Amino acid sequence: MDLRAPIGLLFTLYGLILVGYGAFGPQDIYVKSLGENVNLHWGAAFLVFGLIMLIFGVLRMKYDAAHPDEVK
Amino acid sequence: MAVFRRNRVVFMPNVDIFQNVHLGFVDYAILIIYFVFVIGIGALLAGKMKTSSDFFQSGRSIPAWIAGLAFISANLGAQEVIGMGASGAKYGILTSHFYWIGAIPAMVFVGIFMMPFYYGSKARSVPEYLKMRFDEKTRGFNAISFAVMTLFSSGISLFAMAKLLHVLIHWDFNSSLLVSAVFVLAYIYLGGLTSAIYNEVLQFFLIVAGFLPVTIIGLRDVGGWEGVKQQLGIAAVAKGLDPGALTHSWQNMGSWHNALGTDWFGLVAGLGFVLSFGYWCTDFLVVQRAMAANSMSAARRTPIIAAIPKMFFPFLVILPGMIALAVTQQAMAHGGASLIPSDGKGGLDYNMASPAMLMHYLPTGLLGIGLTALLASFMSGMAGNVTAFNTICTVDIYEAYIRPGQTDKHYLNVGKVMTIVGIIGSILTGFLAQNFNNIMDMLQLVFTFVNAPLFATFLLGMFWKRSTGHGAFWGLLSGTVAAAVHHGLTLPDGALPGIKGGWLHHTMITYHSDMAQNFGGAIAAWTTAFVVTVVISLLTKRTKTDEELVGLVYSLTPKPVETEKAWYNKPAILGTLVLILALILNIIFK
Repeated sequence: MDLRAPIGLLFTLYGLILVGYGAFGPQDIYVKSLGENVNLHWGAAFLVFGLIMLIFGVLRMKYDAAHPDEVK
Repeated sequence: MAVFRRNRVVFMPNVDIFQNVHLGFVDYAILIIYFVFVIGIGALLAGKMKTSSDFFQSGRSIPAWIAGLAFISANLGAQEVIGMGASGAKYGILTSHFYWIGAIPAMVFVGIFMMPFYYGSKARSVPEYLKMRFDEKTRGFNAISFAVMTLFSSGISLFAMAKLLHVLIHWDFNSSLLVSAVFVLAYIYLGGLTSAIYNEVLQFFLIVAGFLPVTIIGLRDVGGWEGVKQQLGIAAVAKGLDPGALTHSWQNMGSWHNALGTDWFGLVAGLGFVLSFGYWCTDFLVVQRAMAANSMSAARRTPIIAAIPKMFFPFLVILPGMIALAVTQQAMAHGGASLIPSDGKGGLDYNMASPAMLMHYLPTGLLGIGLTALLASFMSGMAGNVTAFNTICTVDIYEAYIRPGQTDKHYLNVGKVMTIVGIIGSILTGFLAQNFNNIMDMLQLVFTFVNAPLFATFLLGMFWKRSTGHGAFWGLLSGTVAAAVHHGLTLPDGALPGIKGGWLHHTMITYHSDMAQNFGGAIAAWTTAFVVTVVISLLTKRTKTDEELVGLVYSLTPKPVETEKAWYNKPAILGTLVLILALILNIIFK
């Protein structure tokens, strides 16, 4: 298993949750973070990071499956 | 515990501050998803654990970047995150010495010079290397002291994890402790070292995800780095120091009159040389990660790759502590409430600096990420120790002294049993930690006595073929005794004889701070071990021939051939770049 896949999946899930909560959840909680909707912003960042890791991880696992002789 | 000891954590992470935090359902969802993931990864790996090598060494199949991140994550427990935040609030940017002097050079050294022997010798553990290079008694000494040490470290992590669960989810403490222990047991039992390594890497990204937002929001709040400098200048003057004392790492190191209470020599020799090299080069907990790498080249790159993020950790773990102090300073000037809670004795409880930052700035959602990161890192701190424990117990105690010559399957099963033993041991030390804080401090202190001289043993073992088993053993022992005697004869300013030192004779030498005393002890231990090893080696006969030492001693081992073509895959070039970067960071924050 390429570790990038589970890392990517975890951060994609977290990104989706935070973006969703940031967009549709209560807006008065952001007083704490100086008025910035950090859930939306950082959630989007996690989502991008998660998707990139997920894509690379899955591609690698597909490649390894197609070339079993190269796998250490 | 005010002082955070570099190579062994000597403080109990206190998470009581989270008592009043209110989690939303989003936070709980984030927490639960993480736990499902951890068990899921363990279950996926379970099918691959066929040999003892799979279980103890991840079948030597881990790519360099994963091993590298695990290498630092095994050390980046929540204790470090909280402890470094505390030091950031107390000593300011001077805490960065623990990274830019106290870690990076040693990490580059272990990759370039020592890994060829660790990885090349096919030793499965640090004590096993000592047996190949020296003899049984040197190995036995290291194996037993290390096994005991890992159990206590593991217990502290377990205690912290249980405490955090207890205050967050309101289960009672005992059930929290047992549930945490069973959980860690499950994923190590299933996936062995690989499971532990994967979780360490996951935890690394979570810590970044939780702490980077806090640092950025906090920095905005105090008016950027200039704001931090201004507020910490006021704090420094209040302590009777130079205004730049907390925001310049080298400016005041000419004498001991700075926040650390030690001059540059104590810092460089004690921390930069003995403690740092002693930890990064000989502690099996971290070395085991590099030994799991998939090739010699990857094993050598592991600590060097690890050094790159490590170098920037100060911005993630120390800066929040400094910001916490700056915000506290600002608030108090305007009659507001202090961000860092009071310690009840008129001072500030610095250990609460980082947790307080998380709670102060993160709303529901990101707060869940931050708390999951803390929990994950307590958990992986425990798992790291348990995986090191089961390997040492199986390879260096069971296979070596109890039942040698069994089948591989047998040792794989023993490894699993040792995992259970390690977890039960951690539960016991975890309860002990709850009741006897002082005993834990005392034990951790004793372990620093073992660690510092070990680096002298390794240095001589790897680079001087004439050093003998008797020399190594007696050098190690006398170095440990020297550290204890030093501790017994010295005291930091204003401390009472007892756990702080001075239990042999309390008027001999006083240091200006705990930190300076700690560095002094390390220098004494290392020098004693070095001299005694040399003298005894010269007085005793060599028991290993040159042929037996091939692959174990520098001068007798063919230089590793660079097979990697790309420059970024060559350890020496990568290492040099890392050192230059660390130098630049030192200059910027001088």
